[in-house]
Amino acid sequence: MPNFKEGSRKNAKEPLHTHDHALSQLQYIRSTMDGVTRFSAVPGAGIAIIGVTALLAAALAQMQSTRDAMLLVWVGEAVIAGCIGLAAMVVKSRRAGVDLARGAARKFVLALMPSALCAAAVSLALAVHEQTLLIPAVWLTGYGSAVIAAGTHSVPTIPIMGAGFVVAGLAALFVIPEHQNALLALAFGGLHIAFGVHIARHHGG
Amino acid sequence: MAGKPREPSVSGAKRRARGNAKAKKPEFKAVIGHLRDEGGAEVFRLVNERVRLGILSALAVTEFLSFADLKQTLGVTDGNLSIHARKLEEAEFISCEKTFQDRRPLTQYTLTPKGRAAFERYLGHMEALIKAMRKPT
Repeated sequence: MPNFKEGSRKNAKEPLHTHDHALSQLQYIRSTMDGVTRFSAVPGAGIAIIGVTALLAAALAQMQSTRDAMLLVWVGEAVIAGCIGLAAMVVKSRRAGVDLARGAARKFVLALMPSALCAAAVSLALAVHEQTLLIPAVWLTGYGSAVIAAGTHSVPTIPIMGAGFVVAGLAALFVIPEHQNALLALAFGGLHIAFGVHIARHHGG
Repeated sequence: MAGKPREPSVSGAKRRARGNAKAKKPEFKAVIGHLRDEGGAEVFRLVNERVRLGILSALAVTEFLSFADLKQTLGVTDGNLSIHARKLEEAEFISCEKTFQDRRPLTQYTLTPKGRAAFERYLGHMEALIKAMRKPT
């Protein structure tokens, strides 16, 4: 005997718009919007410019007679690079109509901060205790970790770039002090330029 | 003896449920109102599909997106994205521009004002629905 009750249940139109469906649709909209800002917030051109300024800083640092002076040049470069990165991010997000204070862009900056601040604090402590030989390794591993963390909210290229900095940082622990400036140039200059150009070409500037 | 017809007994829970339904009436009207006017149901059906909703959501937060970026964001196949994008184009919710970049074809999508209005209306409908269905605390 056919089960009319079951048949009528199957044919009956299910309520299209339930509370859960509405919530799930809104969550999907939000996650999609966050996903899009990944493409818009990371400034490839800005990263490449940071690489160029890093190469200039490396050349200037090489001319310094003392190790402290060399490191001070790199500290200055870090400040300049921070300003360039921020300005490039603001320009790119405005052009794309993305609000930097919200979504993935905000997460990107917040994820970048802890490792970067820790690296700055450890560097300061090492400078106070006159252990400056370790500072380049701390900068590179700290910055690399920060970039990997921030990269989880960005395009997949960013964490790979971060890993490159960590590898360079580990190498800096073992190279002779005379080669540390070259390693900084290779990482902060070379990696930034290579990955910056890649991001600019494939992710909208 | 013809007495007064006895009313069916209504439990306390049922009475409360009826009371809640009455209280929710204006919100339900708002939800239905979204669907009734100017072919709202048709627009709703078009936007309610996941991939099409994803396309509109993505284009709502950025000026334009390439086919490749949209595909990566939504995690869909070329064919699937093409079909749904075409439907939105036919409804004039998005516009498509085909150019070349480094000798490679580049397809870029933009949200039209009509598409933005439909998307905002859909959001309004979803929010009204959530308000209407919210459980009393």
